[in-house]
Formats: sequence, structure tokens, C-alpha cells
Amino acid sequence: MPVSSASFPTSTARSVKDLRVGESGTICCLNDPEMALKLLEMGCIPGTQVRLNSKAPLGCPVTLVLGNGDYTLSLRVSEAATIMLRD
Amino acid sequence: MSATTLEVASPRLPGTLTRIALIGNPNSGKSSLFNQLTGLNQKVGNFPGVTVDRKTGVAQITPLLRAEIIDLPGTYSLYPKSLDERVITDLLYDRTSAQYPDFVVITADASNLRRNLLLFTQLADLGLPAVLALNMMDTAEQHGVKIDVAALQQEVGVPVIPMNARKGIGIAALKIVMGQQLAAPTVRFYEPTEELLPMIRQIRYYFNLHNDYLALHYAHQYQRISFLTADEQAYIGELVQQYGFEPTAQQAQETIDRYARINELLLNVVEVTRTDEAEPYSNRIDRVLTHKVWGYLIFFGVLFLMFQAVFAWASYPMELIDEGVAWINQLVQTNFEGPLISLLTEGVLAGLGGVLIFIPQISLLFAFIAVLEETGYMARVTFMMDRIMRKFGLNGKSVVPLISGVACAVPAIMSARTIENWKDRIITIFVTPLMSCSARIPVYTVLIGLVVPDTPVLGIFNLRGIALMGLYLLGFFAAILSALAMKFLLKTRERSYFIMEFPVYRWPRWKNVGITIVEKVKTFVFQAGKVIVAISVILWVLASYGPGDQLAQAETQARAAATQQQLSPEETENAVASAKLENSYAGTIGHALEPGIRPLGFDWKIGIALITSFAAREVFVGTISTIYSVGQDADTRTIQQKLATARDSQGQPFFTPVRALSLLVFYVFAMQCMSTLAVTYRETKGWKWPILQAVYMTGLAYAASLLVYQLGS
Repeated sequence: MPVSSASFPTSTARSVKDLRVGESGTICCLNDPEMALKLLEMGCIPGTQVRLNSKAPLGCPVTLVLGNGDYTLSLRVSEAATIMLRD
Repeated sequence: MSATTLEVASPRLPGTLTRIALIGNPNSGKSSLFNQLTGLNQKVGNFPGVTVDRKTGVAQITPLLRAEIIDLPGTYSLYPKSLDERVITDLLYDRTSAQYPDFVVITADASNLRRNLLLFTQLADLGLPAVLALNMMDTAEQHGVKIDVAALQQEVGVPVIPMNARKGIGIAALKIVMGQQLAAPTVRFYEPTEELLPMIRQIRYYFNLHNDYLALHYAHQYQRISFLTADEQAYIGELVQQYGFEPTAQQAQETIDRYARINELLLNVVEVTRTDEAEPYSNRIDRVLTHKVWGYLIFFGVLFLMFQAVFAWASYPMELIDEGVAWINQLVQTNFEGPLISLLTEGVLAGLGGVLIFIPQISLLFAFIAVLEETGYMARVTFMMDRIMRKFGLNGKSVVPLISGVACAVPAIMSARTIENWKDRIITIFVTPLMSCSARIPVYTVLIGLVVPDTPVLGIFNLRGIALMGLYLLGFFAAILSALAMKFLLKTRERSYFIMEFPVYRWPRWKNVGITIVEKVKTFVFQAGKVIVAISVILWVLASYGPGDQLAQAETQARAAATQQQLSPEETENAVASAKLENSYAGTIGHALEPGIRPLGFDWKIGIALITSFAAREVFVGTISTIYSVGQDADTRTIQQKLATARDSQGQPFFTPVRALSLLVFYVFAMQCMSTLAVTYRETKGWKWPILQAVYMTGLAYAASLLVYQLGS
């Protein structure tokens, strides 16, 4: 498993921010080391499935469903942008 | 559920008070469990240096055994993210402390076991004797999550109690385990890597710690551990440098390793049979409650209801309290005499009345807030409002305090407690009193009625109504813009995250709602109440005593003048009261203030009212009536008539529109409320913020009034 802060994604890599509502992806890494600590604790572990569940009426924050429907997280778009997805 | 198969040592000795710490993830039902164990035997105190309350309670574990339970703030891991979470590490790191718990009860949400076990494994690795309270078994079942409790107990090596704390299921089993002498857990979930060991061992032996993992935490947190001396911190700091320890990378890797280990152990424990086709009910509710039209409509409906409750419903019990205090006052005054009685009635009892009067508003507001929190709706409020409020340095949850502030700043400031982020909370507390509260209404009514003509505008509006509306908007914009300014001024080392769990909807537990109300009322009465009574007594002294025998002389003179003018007994008493107030310390200060407030268009009479109305803004009206000799209890119209006849030194009407407007603007901005001051002190746990707030608001009021009066005249 890649260490969260060690890998730097290229500019073409997709993040959770780029998901459409209802779309899923697999977390590859987290590109903000400090925020990564918080996200890891909340269960955003590399390799976990993540689905963009909904967006707030004004487009931010968003909700994510982690794993196979285990639970829902709510976070700002800027925070979601640090969760990178596997191709 | 299956029985405990772990060996349990001898029962605890009766008569000793066991210390138990309750810890768990947010939303894991920790508060419900705390309420179930302690009921109303709860005490709210302070942790030094932080704003979270220290909630402790006593639980009867067995007929002979009582335990002191401390409710720690909800957290996802042992690595603190905020100042408030630091109280956890401070408590659990120091084995020599008298406060060190005998064991911990860890609550875990069974429907979301994987994430909840992260904190558990960290606590187990610290070597603390522990019980795992597997909470929300019903929710787990609904989600198709089946947990083999016996297998889980084998894997984690501590007693596991399946329960449903909200309904009280499993409490008895938990108490049986709590009554036993628990051994430290033997299973380890994470071992620090080899290259870290030299540093860890050095810390461990230097501080004589009982295990490696605790030593690793010392290396992480040394700057924030309050019980370490500066030398000890420096020692660890050097070691960290010397070994090139990278805390962030280590912590990230530790979290990943722990999750890997948890996944492994859960393989044989949890079985998920999920029916995929049915969308979770929470999602379906959210489609309406967070809808871009319905969501906001419903939210504003809820806010309106809440506002109505604090503003209108609360007024009935408030009147009763008011009348009750007046009745007791009357009773004391008619039966006893002397200066001490005056102190008791006008100082202490008036102050107590000023404390008790807030109970209906606090109870109603917190009934609403507790229901919103319990059901999970509060998370949706934050979700919908965050984008807007963030622009002004506020938080989605700031909406509730700001709106409640229109009724009364006191419960509103208390409700800011739901905001986790320190900076957002301070800003919210700071700007909430700028919202025009109901105590300003009497001041607004008297002055607007005095100078604004009662003319219709555009057929449906009224000039007085528009003026009143303008004052409310002025307060609102002042609050928003002050928040914006503070967003840039306030520096914080604490990084702000929004990331939070989005809880599923649940029915509220009325017992929890009730306990919240009782707890909030108790903390207000006992902690903010002290300050309010003290200030009330000081204000009483200022208004009832004067320098030397000035007061007695003034009374004699006033009586002589009244006899000469052949005033009625009532008119005489009014004239005497006015003369006495003018010659009291408050009157003296009012006179002394005059040069300072003359640029605002105020004279010494208003100066006196500014001082006395620091007790509460509506006191302004009473003081003004006394000083203009119309008697304390005159109605608005009588006061207005009297004020309209007041003349300045040139014989022109004193209350010109500009002067009245200047005074109105002053009351929009000025702090002028000892209860707000007291509650800010209580909520921020210090005098820094209430004093800053008072200085800022009074300064703003002074500047705005100055501007109005100087431009207008």
C-alpha cells in the first residue's frame, strides 16, 4: 500500500472532486500530508472504495460514502480534492 | 448474545471509588451511555486551559460500589487535532496522576465497527484496562451487519458488551463487568518499526514509562503535554531531532497499518448481508431535507419555530418568574426594613431574578438544539449553510446562535457550543450580541415613538416600522461584517477541517434532551449567575448610595421644593427618586461622563441610564422615567410625553430626531448587558473575550453615534 504523503500524483490524475454524483472510485493516495492524517482516521484508506453521494445545494460541501456503504462523510470540495483516485 | 468467556479476576473492593473514563468516536452513543450510567448525578466543571467542559458523574455499579465516570470529548484517534482533544491525552498519558482512570469504557458504533476500532486499538496499545461497549447493535442489524461478539472478544482481548445505550439495553451487563477488577489487555495491535526503537526506548527509560507505544506518543506530542516541564520537553525535542523522527509520516503509516490489522481481525467477526436495491432511508429523507428549495424552506421553517419559541412562548414563564420575584421582593420589603433589606431586594434578589429570567429561553432553545443534534439534522444544517457562512468566517452551525440572538444573546451564545472549530466558535460568540435582541425593543419603541412620525409609507408600510427594521438590519450587518474582519484578524495554529461524519437520521431520545436542558440551565445558573448577581449588587450600590451626605441633602431639598409647589404625594415621591438618583454614585458618574458623551448628543441623564442599563438594556427605560420624575412604572406614552417636553439649555426640544437616532444607534451596537458578558466569560473560560467584546462593541457604538450626531447636526 502506498504511503499517503509519499506519492505525488500527476496533474492528469483524478480526485474525488472530479467524480459525478453517484459515481465511484478507489482511493489511491492523499496529497495533503496534514489533512491526510484526518482523512485516514476517518477511514479514507488507500484502496478503499468511495462514492460521491451528494452535493450541497450550493455545490459545496459534498457527501461521500466509504467502503461498501459503511458510512457517510461530509467534507468541503477543497478537502475532497486532496483524495486522489486510481485510474 | 454470547456470554463473556474471558477470565475475570476478583470483584473490586466495596467502598472504594473507582475512576472510569468514557471515550469513543463522535456519534458512537457515548453521551447516551454516560446519561444511562449517571442519570442526573452529573457535574460540569473545567479542564484547565481549554473550552470543553469536564463532565463527570457518579454511577452506582453494584449496591456497594460507586464509580466516578468522566466523559471525555468524542475523538477519532489518540492523536489530538484540536486543543479540546488534548484533555484526553493529558488524562491518559500520566499514570502517576490522581485523576488517572482505573479503566476505560470505549464506545463503538457496531454498524461502523472498522473505523470505531481504530481508537480502541490505540487505547489497548497504551495498556489501559478496557471494556469495549459495542453500541447501536440495533442500527447494525438494520444495516445487515452481523457481529460475532464471542469471536470479537477473542480477537481484541478485552470484555465486549453488546448494547443499545439509547434504550438502556446492555447497561446491566456492562455494570457487571465494570464491577470486576480488570486486567490490562494483552493483545497488541501495532508495534513501532525497528528504526524507531532506539529513540522510543530512550524516552521510555528516561520517563520510566510502562510501554513503547506510550513513549512513541511522548515523541509525537511532547510540545503539547501539559504535565511535562520545559526541560523534559527540550530533552524529547533533542531526541526527535537526533533520530530524524518524522511524526506526520509515522502517524499516517500507523493509521494505515492499524486499519490493515483491523480488516484482518474483522474477517471472522463481521458478516454483512446487505440488500443493495433498497436505498438507505437517510438518503431518501436527505433528498427532501437538503433539497435546494425544500431544504432551505424547511430549515427556515425550523428556525422560525425556534425563534418563535424563544421569543414568544418563553415570555409566559418569564412573566411568571418576574412576578414571582417581584412578589418576594414586596413580601420582604413590607415585613422588614433597613439598608440590608434594600441590598437584599434591589441588589441580590434583583440579580437572582435577572438570572432566573433566562431559564425559560435557555430551556426552550436547548430543547430544540438537542432534538436537532439527536436526530442528525444539525449536520444537514451545517451542510447546507457552510458555503454561505464560511465567506464571513463563520460556520454552517453559526446560523442557530445568530438567529437565536435576535431573541436573546445569552442562550444564543451558549448554543455556539455545538461548533467544534475554536476559531469559528469564538467569532460566532463575539458577533452574536450585535444581533438586536428582545431587550432592545423597549428602548427602540420609546425612542422611535418619540421622534419618528406615525406616517404610512407606500400604503402598506409605516415609517416607524421601517425605522425599526432599519435598526435590526444595522445590527445584522454589523455582526456579519465584524465576523468577516475577525476572520482575517484572528490567527490560529489549529488547522480548520470541515470533514465530519454525516450521521443517519434517528429519533431523538427524550431522556437525552431532558438531561441536556437540565445541564445547560444548571451551568448557566451556577456559573454565569455568579457574575450576574455580583454586577447587580455593584449597580445597586452605585444607584442607592452617594458621596458624603449628598443623597440625604438632595432628598430634603426635593421634599421642600415639592411642598412649595404643592405636588401630590406621588409626584413628590417621583421628584425625590429623581433627585436621589441624580446625587447617587451613578448620578455622579453620569455627570462625570457628560464631557465624554456630549459629542454623541448625550447629557448626564442619559449617562446615568447608560450605567444602570448595563444590568440589562430595558433598564434604560426605567431609569429615564425615574430621572425625568415620571416614576418607575410609567407606560410608554407617559414617558414619551415627558421626554418630548424636555428642553436643552437654549430652550429647544432636547430629544431631536438626530439625538434620538444617535442614542438608538448606540443601543444597537453597545454591549450594555451584564448577562452577555457573564455568559461569554463562562463559554470562553476566561475574561479575555468578554472584555474584548465589551470594549469592541462599546467602541463601535461610540464611533457610530458620534458619526450620526456630528453629521446630523
